[in-house]
Amino acid sequence: MQNNASAGSFTAVHDHHGEAHVAHNPALLHHFAAPQQQRDAASLGMWVFLATEVMFFGGLFCSYLIYRRWYFSDFAAASKTINMYLGATNTGVLICSSLTVVLAVWAAQTARRALLVGMLVITMLLGLVFLGIKGVEYREKFEEHHVPGASFSFDHVEIPGHPGQFANPRHAQIFFTLYFVMTGLHALHMIIGLGIFTWLLIMAWKGRFTPEWHTPVEIGGLYWHFVDIVWIYLFPLLYLIDRH
Amino acid sequence: MSMATAIPQPTSPPAAERENYLNKEYGVWSWLLTTDHKRIALLYLLSITFFFFIGGFFALLIRLELLTPAGDLVQADTYNKLFTMHGMVMVFFFLIPSIPAVLGNFLVPLMVGAKDLAFPRINLLSWYLYIIGGVMMLHCMFTGGVDTGWTFYAPFSTSFTNTNIVEAGLAIFVAGFSSILTGLNFVVTIHRMRAPGMTWSRLPLFIWAHYATSIIQLLGTPVIAVTIVLVAAERALHLGIFDPKLGGDPVLFQHLFWFYSHPAVYIMILPSMGVVTEIIACFSRKRIFGYHFVALSSIAIAVFGFLVWAHHMFVAGISVYSALVFSFLSYAVALPSAIKVFNWTATLYKGSIHYDAPMLYAFGFLGLFTIGGLTGLFLAALGIDVHVTDTYFVVAHFHYIMVGGAVMGYLGGMHFWWPKISGRLYPEGWARLAALIVFLGFNLTFFPQFLLGYMGMPRRYYDYSHMPEFQILNVLSTAGATILGVGYLLPMVYFLWSMRYGKPASDNPWNAAGLEWKTASPPPTFNFDQEPVVTWEAYNYEELDAPHNEEVPVAK
Repeated sequence: MQNNASAGSFTAVHDHHGEAHVAHNPALLHHFAAPQQQRDAASLGMWVFLATEVMFFGGLFCSYLIYRRWYFSDFAAASKTINMYLGATNTGVLICSSLTVVLAVWAAQTARRALLVGMLVITMLLGLVFLGIKGVEYREKFEEHHVPGASFSFDHVEIPGHPGQFANPRHAQIFFTLYFVMTGLHALHMIIGLGIFTWLLIMAWKGRFTPEWHTPVEIGGLYWHFVDIVWIYLFPLLYLIDRH
Repeated sequence: MSMATAIPQPTSPPAAERENYLNKEYGVWSWLLTTDHKRIALLYLLSITFFFFIGGFFALLIRLELLTPAGDLVQADTYNKLFTMHGMVMVFFFLIPSIPAVLGNFLVPLMVGAKDLAFPRINLLSWYLYIIGGVMMLHCMFTGGVDTGWTFYAPFSTSFTNTNIVEAGLAIFVAGFSSILTGLNFVVTIHRMRAPGMTWSRLPLFIWAHYATSIIQLLGTPVIAVTIVLVAAERALHLGIFDPKLGGDPVLFQHLFWFYSHPAVYIMILPSMGVVTEIIACFSRKRIFGYHFVALSSIAIAVFGFLVWAHHMFVAGISVYSALVFSFLSYAVALPSAIKVFNWTATLYKGSIHYDAPMLYAFGFLGLFTIGGLTGLFLAALGIDVHVTDTYFVVAHFHYIMVGGAVMGYLGGMHFWWPKISGRLYPEGWARLAALIVFLGFNLTFFPQFLLGYMGMPRRYYDYSHMPEFQILNVLSTAGATILGVGYLLPMVYFLWSMRYGKPASDNPWNAAGLEWKTASPPPTFNFDQEPVVTWEAYNYEELDAPHNEEVPVAK
């Protein structure tokens, strides 16, 4: 091995671009040999990050399942008080937004800049609609004193299918705690997603994405899909306990 | 190789030093905004050393209190805070980042032949997250600390203690993200950034160990993050997720906590095993025995490590059947650990063993880890566990693993790679002396604790005046801790000394295998002047030492 002068390292980087037969791409970072390597790394990085997210929500799902098994009738009674129709609407909104994300990625792959910008905008609007509806739901719960804490009240709520039997407010409070923590963390992920998509939108507006380099759109899309999928699990688990 | 002839004589003047990652730029911002994995490793080195001495200070106060049976140095509350802050600082701000964030950060790209980690800016972000968490922990400490023990068991932590649980929890939450991002960077780097020819079965076992560690960091840490969120919510809003008075389940907290915190022990010990593997191969001048077994045993430890958490809960009211299963699985972890120990000893067998300082630490690791591991089997056995639960036996056991194992490996690794990191040689005589002091001081500190625990001294007591017969062993332990403290201060002194006065190191002072030794000491910013192409197996020491091989650099 030759111990070249240190300037050699820069030369080596540029040599590499030549070897890979790729036009000099300003998006290619210095430590990657080729755009494909950079893209693979970014994509794997997002998948690995999503694995950590699965574990993050997994701890909550695990707690939820244990308490749901212990306090099933109380959970069913509490679940009845949250608005199934708003939840279902939000599920539809998020599924539509996943479609627009896929179309955005496709637009980036095929160099359709206007379509890309449009799809990103629609995705973000759908995200905002979701958060708005979520806010309405939270307000309802707040007005009904169903927010856990000092002013929580869940007296004389009948257990579904057991007339005359009332749910235990302490156990219902555990349901609402999990409801707010799970949907709250999900909403936080949505807000972060909106931040990411704002950045994607600016980049797309400036025409930075090309069929050769649009990795941010892809991995931003992966993140958005993941947040959608979490909701797909949250909706039936929280809203549809013992509905007939 | 021209490298062989380029090795400078120790006495030659340091004429016109070549540009490397250390002298490329100067100034505070060239460090605080660096994305160079080697510089970030040094930032981590400074910060974890700082926290190591803070945690050590708490340990010293604990040992001083226990010097006499009466509770005469501090109040009971203060004592509770001392062992809590000792545990939290040492676990979350020293041990977990120690080898991965310092040596791993420095070496993973070098060993796989990459210019940097896959995500250099995320790497810098992870250091800043660590610092933010650290500052929060310091603030928490100065405003009263926490007294729950590092495990912050509910409902004591959520409903009873009046100390600052939420802030300590958030500090650990933030530091946890730092750990996740480091693991993420390693996994992607090892998958995607390997140099041409660096196949999976040519990877150094240090890399395999870090790969397994990263898996645990990635899949375990999020669970404690969400547990902390629940604890903070329960405490701030008086909810009842873990408080039985409000319908919650405290055992659920323990499950969630140990689901991370047991595998976290393997975050500490696996990288250390990786370091020791490198050192043993180099200083016995032999190919590692059973490469694939050592590599896959790291993965096996990571996988089994996720399945044994409830052995911390045998007396917490879990059913006897689940206790039996977790006991059995805990024994199963001993298998991959034993595979490693036997393969290391088989590597030593008929090796040409050199007793340099890194090797002394590796020997220390072998003995101490074996004792720690075997006493772990005592604790995995239900009957004995019930007898010694919450005694000093447990304290001694996990210190043999975390300090005897992880810290010995960390120090061994720091000595082994110091010439590469700093470009200077440390003073070998002092280093051997320090290794000896650490080994003796460690055993004197913690072996008496096995005896204390077996005789029934409970942990977390500041006053044992009703059992004064325990004093002799406690005095021995405190004396040992003093010696151990000297042993830890020495390397810090001579490492700093060597940065200015040490002899310049050649590219490969140990004549070691591994890509990191094939570049300059210290390496240039992008690690290699030309992208390396790997055509050899890891640990090809027989080839390196073969007398007729002209490719071989000359020995030191």
